[in-house]
Amino acid sequence: MDVPRLPALSETIRNLYFHVCMWFCMMILFTASVVYAIRYLRSNQLTDDIYSRHFAAVGIVFGVLGYATGSIWMSYTWADPNNSSFQSFGAVAREPKLIGAAIALLIYFAYMVLRDSISDIDKRARISAVYNIFAFALLFPTIWIIPRILPSLHPGGENGNPALDTKDIDSRMRLVFYPAVIGWTLLGVWITSLKIRLSLLKEKRMLQ
Amino acid sequence: MRKIKYLSALIISLLLTLINHAQNDKAEMADTMRSNGRIYVVVAVVVLILLGLFLYLLRLDKKITRIEKNNS
Repeated sequence: MDVPRLPALSETIRNLYFHVCMWFCMMILFTASVVYAIRYLRSNQLTDDIYSRHFAAVGIVFGVLGYATGSIWMSYTWADPNNSSFQSFGAVAREPKLIGAAIALLIYFAYMVLRDSISDIDKRARISAVYNIFAFALLFPTIWIIPRILPSLHPGGENGNPALDTKDIDSRMRLVFYPAVIGWTLLGVWITSLKIRLSLLKEKRMLQ
Repeated sequence: MRKIKYLSALIISLLLTLINHAQNDKAEMADTMRSNGRIYVVVAVVVLILLGLFLYLLRLDKKITRIEKNNS
């Protein structure tokens, strides 16, 4: 598959199929998580709470992978190889997108910590469902809004919509990119379904 | 199981040394990671994702094994 070779990026633009898809997948899994959190609050069914927890957990895994792949990608495109690494990475560390994504992930880490620190099952389910909605609401300012209104090296700073903009991404790449998003998301959903089934089995054993 | 763990730890450490090596000689633009239009950056990213998911699934496998043992 041919890709347009821009200076600085050249072949690394192929990371679009991996790094960007990780974040798309994380966003979709977190959305599923908040849907199940709201469903729990409406129905009080503990299975909904289990669904919500595992969607968030696998979402975090994909978020961490997105962050890690982003750090490799940025080491060879943003960081200046002739500059001392301290100065170069000092500039990179000021990226609003990096800080925002880190905050968003930390909020979800706190979700896991909060959940597992409450031993009462119903209380845990209710509090974590409410916190989940709060965490999802904070995703939007931290990873969608703030990085777009500040100047940034990351695509989509100030004025733009990375990966979805018709002027931003080559149509040949679109042909691979959208199926890749669907594929990675299905992989994430499959892992989640394995975790949910395991956890439902565990619950059933506890009741017996 | 122990063998798999050992093997994956080895692969990770090899990958880390590769990355470190590429970062140390900063003055050279023609190091491994920057050769061939930086295609090895993509390789590193793919390997990282696959390793990450693989280790995560390995952990899940261990949990399932524990439950199976308790059931029987």
